Amino acid sequence: MNQGISVVGLYVDDQDEALKFYVDKLGFRVHTDVVNGPYRWLTVQHPDQPSFQLGLFKPGPPIHDDATAQTLRAMVAKGAMPPLVLVVSDCRASYARLKASGVEFTQEPVDRFGSVDAGFRDPAGNGWKMIQEPRSTT
Amino acid sequence: MIMAEFNQPPASSPASAVVDPLQDPALLRRLLRAKDRMDAASHEAWPVERLAAVSGVSEAHFARSFKRAFGIPPHRYLLTRRIEQANTLLRDTGLSVTEIAFATGWESLGTFGRIFRDITGRSPSAMRREAQAAMQQLDRVPACVLKAAQRPDLTIAVLEKRRRVAKGTFRPSTKEVS
Repeated sequence: MNQGISVVGLYVDDQDEALKFYVDKLGFRVHTDVVNGPYRWLTVQHPDQPSFQLGLFKPGPPIHDDATAQTLRAMVAKGAMPPLVLVVSDCRASYARLKASGVEFTQEPVDRFGSVDAGFRDPAGNGWKMIQEPRSTT
Repeated sequence: MIMAEFNQPPASSPASAVVDPLQDPALLRRLLRAKDRMDAASHEAWPVERLAAVSGVSEAHFARSFKRAFGIPPHRYLLTRRIEQANTLLRDTGLSVTEIAFATGWESLGTFGRIFRDITGRSPSAMRREAQAAMQQLDRVPACVLKAAQRPDLTIAVLEKRRRVAKGTFRPSTKEVS
């Protein structure tokens, strides 16, 4: 793929904690982890999606002033950031595995018109929906 | 002249620059956990002591902290979730209104019907007819996201809403008044 979305970032309040969560629990891989002074560019990837990186960025200097960083951290902790969707092949199996590893689920798997979805949060407060899409009819 | 203008505090500035404890991400994250728990089981009873325990906040501070974090008192937030859930069941299932009232946490059908009408401006059965008619266009939004988007907006108390209707000054709940 030559064109398309390459990186989308989340704000997290603790990049080490986020890294452990996305890699050790969700099974993502580290794509880039570069530190430059107070700034750390950290992205992870889903193993099945080599063209897409999920950034795990911490609000703060040199990008944000203190008040802005504080606001962003508060927004994440309040769960006010946009919804995220993780597609899985078997929602109930993923739920059981992730729950056992200590992931904080906000919603148990629910059937909706052939799809199954559950909800969880990362340690910072970003909310994910985990969706198993309906079996294709084709 | 210019100095005098500079000495005027901006009308909307916060009272002080000290970091507000309610901006503390760790506390907000714990308050969010209480909100998540209500989301996950809105049909259950959520007395303040139960919510405060989830957040690790004293009962005395919980309701105020929650309201400052999320802009709505916890009890009223729970009502919005119950109405949202009732709307979903009205739209997507064939359960009777009575069954839906009990499934979503109300202790009587009368209370459910009254509060539902106070909040949405419609009776549950009228809402069911409208929702089912409007459903076709919305099937491309993920169902779980759609459900949250249809949560009623309870920026004022139910009693206040009821009072305004009585006085003929009711405004639709989906419009923010700035």
